[in-house]
Amino acid sequence: MKNLLILLFIFFGLAACTDKEEVDLSESIFQLNSKWQDQSGKEIQLEELKGKTLVMVMIYTTCKTACPRLTIEMREIERSIGDYDPEKIRFVLVSIDPEHDTPERMNTYLENNKFLGEQWLFLRSDEASTREFANVLSVKYDQISPVDFSHSNIISIFSEEGVLVYQKEGLNTDIENTTKEIKKQLNY
Amino acid sequence: MINKTFSSLRISKNSNTMRLFSFIFTFFTLIISCIHTQDTSSASANPARLNNISTAKKMVEISGGTYTAFIGKDSGRIVEVKSFYMDETPVTVSEYLKFLKANPQWTKSKIPNLFADSSYLHNWKGDFEPPIEADPNAPVTNISWFAAQAYAKSVGKRLPTVDEWEFVGLADEISKNASSKPEFTSHILKSYQKKKQYLNPVGQEEPNYYGVYNLYGMVWEWTEDFNSVMMSGESRNDQTTNESLFCSGAAVTTDDLKNYAAFIRFAMRGSLKANYTVNNLGFRCVKNVENNSL
Repeated sequence: MKNLLILLFIFFGLAACTDKEEVDLSESIFQLNSKWQDQSGKEIQLEELKGKTLVMVMIYTTCKTACPRLTIEMREIERSIGDYDPEKIRFVLVSIDPEHDTPERMNTYLENNKFLGEQWLFLRSDEASTREFANVLSVKYDQISPVDFSHSNIISIFSEEGVLVYQKEGLNTDIENTTKEIKKQLNY
Repeated sequence: MINKTFSSLRISKNSNTMRLFSFIFTFFTLIISCIHTQDTSSASANPARLNNISTAKKMVEISGGTYTAFIGKDSGRIVEVKSFYMDETPVTVSEYLKFLKANPQWTKSKIPNLFADSSYLHNWKGDFEPPIEADPNAPVTNISWFAAQAYAKSVGKRLPTVDEWEFVGLADEISKNASSKPEFTSHILKSYQKKKQYLNPVGQEEPNYYGVYNLYGMVWEWTEDFNSVMMSGESRNDQTTNESLFCSGAAVTTDDLKNYAAFIRFAMRGSLKANYTVNNLGFRCVKNVENNSL
């Protein structure tokens, strides 16, 4: 009987082990050591988001065209998940205009959109790290005037290990599949 | 393995407790090996942390100026380029090897998938064995944007911006801006047709006005902000093309051959992603004039 128990132990031990190995951690964004600042001015590294499902979008606060629509889509996605544990997820807006998007502005943007609670983050970094991060998401962007950028409209989902699992590309598309993927990540 | 045979010997000898002990022992060995495998996948040296290396690469000063941008919403915009230093030649295989030796986390067996696709340095025989068919002074290719960035950082430099690269690219052997000369354009277009130039040593052909070698015809080169070039829509699936690009594209096919050569370069940039690696895509570095330590 004891032996059987031990065998079971070994079996589960191994199962847990193989489970972990399926995740390709070499794709994780937590390997980036860029430094970011959130809406409260606090310094943060991406690695600190480990263990949470991440829904990320790159925008800038003074944008008049696509960003408001992307922002609306973030809200729709958040609502469509239904009840969730805010501990387990982060909705992250990443600024492509770090020069102008100060913590105050980022904070106001979140408040104006009623993106309240610990699950909402707005991050900015320096220009090099922003471009690096955009490249991780395959987001293209270009500063077309001192106050305007053109950019890709992509919402990306990362697993709690920081591995990209889904990208919603374009506007007005695919909210359903995005939600489904988030729920899968949250084990709902 | 040894543990197991060892313990089974014990079992054959006697006692239940011994058997229990051996099971527990095996169990722990398994767990330890399990933890070990996790370690290697997650805790391998962080590629973002770089060891600096020195380089004797010659750089030439590019005195600033303005040029007329070619593409997208920028088309026709006058862009100001500040003075900077540019590597005389593309980064070579042997220079990159030196970088790998100081930063083994960037070798092809160690590089995380986040930073390069599977063909990264695929022509290298081993982590520190450059391709046999290429000269040691040939430009290094099959390099991702992340790898090029890392190299540049490790030597205290950076990648050129699209504007900087294009600005230098306007020069022929004798003038800063040869864009109005038809023979310059046909020279560039001809150089784009040569095959496998990336296996030859750098610095063999005539340098341009600034003393910069091999801008054309040897390798395509990464630029820092290549992802500012928007060719098609935002994605692989989106087939809608960028109107501004194809407007000018249509215009240049009629009479402006110089822009046709530029069009090829921008199309190349627009099709890249930062983890892509290509046989004839390399890079060179630049440096701001301010941190003046050539």
